[in-house]
Amino acid sequence: MKKSTSPFFLTLSMMLLAQGVFAQGSGSQGSDLLLYGLLAAVVLIFFYLLMQVSDHMLAIEAQRMGLNPDQRKKVGIIPSMTAGLFSKSAPAYVGKAPFIPLKKGFNILLEGAAEKKVATGDQVRTFGLEPGQFLGMSPIPKVLVEEGANVKAGDLLFYDKKRPEIQYAAPVSGEVIEIRRGEKRSITAIVILADKELQYRTFDAFDLEKSSREDLVTYLLDAGVWPHIRQRPYNIVPNPQDIPRDIFISTFDTAPLAPDLDLVVEGRGDVFQKGLDVLGKLTPGKVVLGLNANGKTAPSAVFTGAQGVEKFWFSGKHPAGNPGVQIHNIRPIGAKDQVWVLGVQDVLTMGALFASKKYDAARTVAVAGAELNHPQYVRTYLGASIADLVKDNLKHEHVRAISGDILSGSKLGMSNFLGFYDDQLTIVKEGDDFELFGWLIPQEGRPSVSGTYPNVLFPARQYQASTNTRGERRAFVMTGQYEDLLPMSIYPQHVLKAVITGDYEGMEGLGLKELVEEDVALCEFACTSKQPLQKILREGLDLMHAEE
Amino acid sequence: MKKALLKFFQRIEPDKSKRLLHTGYEAFFTFAFVPNHVTKDGVHVRDGMDLKRLMTFVVLSMQLCYLLGTYNIGHQHFVALGQFTGLFEGFHLKLSYGLVKLLPMWIVAHVVGLGIEFYFSAKRGHGVEEGYLVTGALIPLIMPPDLPLWILTLSIIFAVIIGKEAFGGTGMNVVNIALLARVFVFFAYPGDISGDEVWVAGLTKAAEGGMADYGWFTLHVLNPLFDTFGWTGFDPAAAVVDGYTGATPLALASKGGWDAVTQVYTPSQMFWGIIPGSVGETGKPFIVLGALMLIATGVASWRIMVSMAMGMVFMGLVFNAWGFNPLMEVPWYYHFSMGSFLFAMAYMATDPVTAASTNKGKWLYGFFIGVVGMLVRVMNPAYPEGWMLAILFMNVFAPLIDYFVLQGNIKKRLKYVQQ
Repeated sequence: MKKSTSPFFLTLSMMLLAQGVFAQGSGSQGSDLLLYGLLAAVVLIFFYLLMQVSDHMLAIEAQRMGLNPDQRKKVGIIPSMTAGLFSKSAPAYVGKAPFIPLKKGFNILLEGAAEKKVATGDQVRTFGLEPGQFLGMSPIPKVLVEEGANVKAGDLLFYDKKRPEIQYAAPVSGEVIEIRRGEKRSITAIVILADKELQYRTFDAFDLEKSSREDLVTYLLDAGVWPHIRQRPYNIVPNPQDIPRDIFISTFDTAPLAPDLDLVVEGRGDVFQKGLDVLGKLTPGKVVLGLNANGKTAPSAVFTGAQGVEKFWFSGKHPAGNPGVQIHNIRPIGAKDQVWVLGVQDVLTMGALFASKKYDAARTVAVAGAELNHPQYVRTYLGASIADLVKDNLKHEHVRAISGDILSGSKLGMSNFLGFYDDQLTIVKEGDDFELFGWLIPQEGRPSVSGTYPNVLFPARQYQASTNTRGERRAFVMTGQYEDLLPMSIYPQHVLKAVITGDYEGMEGLGLKELVEEDVALCEFACTSKQPLQKILREGLDLMHAEE
Repeated sequence: MKKALLKFFQRIEPDKSKRLLHTGYEAFFTFAFVPNHVTKDGVHVRDGMDLKRLMTFVVLSMQLCYLLGTYNIGHQHFVALGQFTGLFEGFHLKLSYGLVKLLPMWIVAHVVGLGIEFYFSAKRGHGVEEGYLVTGALIPLIMPPDLPLWILTLSIIFAVIIGKEAFGGTGMNVVNIALLARVFVFFAYPGDISGDEVWVAGLTKAAEGGMADYGWFTLHVLNPLFDTFGWTGFDPAAAVVDGYTGATPLALASKGGWDAVTQVYTPSQMFWGIIPGSVGETGKPFIVLGALMLIATGVASWRIMVSMAMGMVFMGLVFNAWGFNPLMEVPWYYHFSMGSFLFAMAYMATDPVTAASTNKGKWLYGFFIGVVGMLVRVMNPAYPEGWMLAILFMNVFAPLIDYFVLQGNIKKRLKYVQQ
C-alpha cells in the first residue's frame, strides 16, 4: 500500500503546479491546450505507475507462493492483457499446455515436396561416414577398420584423436570397400557395401533403472551412439564428462521441403519413448519436446503422448521448428549452461539400442526437389549414398545435391553420402546461367521474402529453386531485414557485425552463443547484399569456442 | 536477342589489367544480365532481391515526383511572367523548359557521382555498388532549378568523396549523401539556395522588375523548332508581373502566419504542388504514392516514416499551444502541406545506411527527426525549413540510439545468462 500512495502525491503536486500555470496563463486558447495536455499526461502517468506497481506486487506475491519461473510469467496485470490482445490463440488440440506463437519468419515454398509414402530403399547399397562433417574433429581420425574388412552394424569405425572416447559406429553391416582420402592424407569417407541381410553387433542388456549416469554414459560411448547428441552452444558432439541443463528435441521441421516427422515415427512410439527415457537419465533437468501447433490436426500421438517430458507447442513460420529458436523461447542458454539437442531419428536410434539391443541406424529420408521424377520418402540407413538415393529418378544431370535443406544443408557430389544428422536430400537446379534484366524483370518465378516481387499476392504458390546467387555481393545496406526473420530476441545484423569487427564482448553480449548456422540461414537467404552469414557466424563461434 | 547481346558484351569486354575500364564494363554488364554465379558455401538458394533491385525500386517510386517537378519548373516560370497562368496552357513550353532545366542537372549528378564511384570501386577492386543510383536521382529533386551546374558538380564531389568514399564507400557513410550535397550548397553558396529569389527558374530576378532569362538552347533550338510546328515559342522580352514574389508558402508563413499563405496560394495548389520550391518536394500526392509504394514493397522502413510524422505532429501541437511567433500558430496539420516534410520523410530519413539500424531505434530516430525538424523550421529566424538539418543531425546520432538499444538487449541477456 505504501508504494501506491507515492504516485498519488506526485499527481496531487502536479495538479497544484498546473493550477499555478493556469493562473499565470493569459487565458488564450493556446495555453489552455497546453494545460489540458499536461493534465492528460499526468493522468496517464498516474495510471501507468499504478499498473506497474500492482504488477510488481503481484510478482512479489507469486514469488512468495513459490511458483516456478514459467508459472510466474503468467502472473500479473500487464502480460495477461497483452497476451489476450495481441497473440494468436492456440488451436484446440493444444489444450492447456504451454503455447508459444512465433510471429517472425518466412516459409519458402518450393516445388517437389516428397510424396507421403515411404519407398523401400533397396537400390541403396553403399553407405559411408564422412568424418569431416563433425565440427572440430581432427582431419585424420584414427580408423579402426581396414579396406576389405567385414563389419557388423554397430562395429566401431573410427574415433577422433582429440577425444578418443567418442567413437563412431558403422550404420550397416557389410564390406569396407574404400577408405577415401583427401588432401594431406586426411580421411574424407569410410565406405561400406551393405549386406543384403544386415548383421548386428550384439550388446549386453543394460538396466536403465538401477545403473548410474556414469555407467550409462560409458555404455552409450561404447555403443557408438554418443555422436548422435549435439551440444548447444556450438552444435558439436558434447564431451562425455559434461552434464546438460536440459535436452531439447524439436518434433517438427519447418525448413523448405523438410520431411514430415509424423510419418517418420509412425508405428515406432515405444522405441521413441524408450529413447526419451534414456535421455531423461542423462540430464538433471528436463527433456523438452517442441511440438507443432501449425497444423489443422494434432501431430502424431507418438509426440503428443510422450511420457516423462516437458512439452511446448509452437506455431509460426520457419525457423520455428529449429531447436535453437525453441530453446531461446523456452529457457535460453546461460553463460555456464549447455543444453543438448537430438533429432527425432537420433532418439529412435538411441531407443532401439535399449529396446532391441542393437545399433539401428535406420533412417526415413525425404528425397525432394523439383528436378526429381518422383520426390518421395526412402527407408534406408544413415549415410546413404547420394548416387544410389537418386538412381533413375533425376530429370536431368545439371543439378546440385544437398544433404539437408536448401538453407543450411551441405553441397554434395554424387559420390558423397548423406550427412550424419540429415534426414533430407534436396535436389535443385544449378543456376549458372545469365539472365537478361533478371534483377528487374525476372523471366520466371522465384522464391522471395521481398515485397518487390508479386509473390506476396500468391501466398500458396510454389517456386522452382535454382542455385543462382541472383545478384552480386554488396556491402551491408538494408537494415531490419534479418530482425524480421528471426523469432529470437537477438539482433542478428549486429551480432554478425560484432564478429566481423572482432568485438568479443559484443558477440557474447548480443547472444552469438544462442545461434547456430540453421538459425541465421533464412536471413542469409533473404539478404539483399548477399552476405555469407552462416560462414561469418561459424567464424565467431569458433573464436568463442577457442577462448573457452 | 539474349544470346546476341551476351555475345556482344563478351566481345567488347576490356582487358582485366585496365581496372577502371573493366569495372565500368562490369557495372554495365551486370546491369543487363544477372551474372551466372552460383552459391558456394552457406545457403544454396538465394532470394531474388539484390541491391540493384532495391535501389531501382526507390528510383521508380520517385518517378511521379520527377514528372510533376519537371512540369512545375516551367509552370512557375510562366506564372511569374504572367503568361499561360492556367495549369495546362502552354503545355509544350512548360514541359520543354522543365526538361531544359532538369535534364542537365540529372546528367551532371549521374556522370560526376557515378564517375567517382567507378573510380573508387576500381581502386578497391570490387564491383560498383548501386547505392549512388538513389543519391543521383535524389539530388536534382532537392536543388533549386536554377542552380549553376558547376556548384552542383562541386557539391557532389564534396558529398561523395568526403561523405562516402572517405568512410569506405556504400554502406559505410555516416550521413545522407544527397543531403550532404545540399547542405554543402547551403553553407558554401547560400545565395543560390535560400531566400525568395531562387525557387523560380529562368528569371533575372523573381520579383518586380525581373525579366525572362533564356539561354542559347531555348532561343536558338527550341524556338525555331516550335516555329516549324506553328506553336508559340519563348518570349525573351517577357517581364515579371507586378506584385509577384517567388516566396514559398513557408517563407510567407514565417512572416505572416497561415493567413499570409492563403492570400497567395490556395490549399489545392499547395496540395498538388503547383507552388515554387525544390523540384521534387512540391507534389504531395505523388510523394505519398511513392512512400506507400516503398512501404508496401518493404523497401523503406515504415517505422521511420510513421514516427517522423508523429514527432512532427507532437512538436506542431506544442508550438500551437505555445504560439510565440506567426509560424508557431499555423495549425499543425498545415505543416504537412508546406515545405519538404513529406519528401524528407519518404526518401531522406529512410535511407537505411544512415538511419538507426534496429527496429526500436528507428522509432526514436524518426520521432526525433520530426521534433528537431520542426524546431528548426519554426524557431530558426533566418531560414524557415529544417528537415535537411534535422536529418543530418539525427544521422550523426543514429549510432548512439542503436548503441542504447543494443545495450538494452545485452542487459536483458545478462539477466538470464548469469542466473
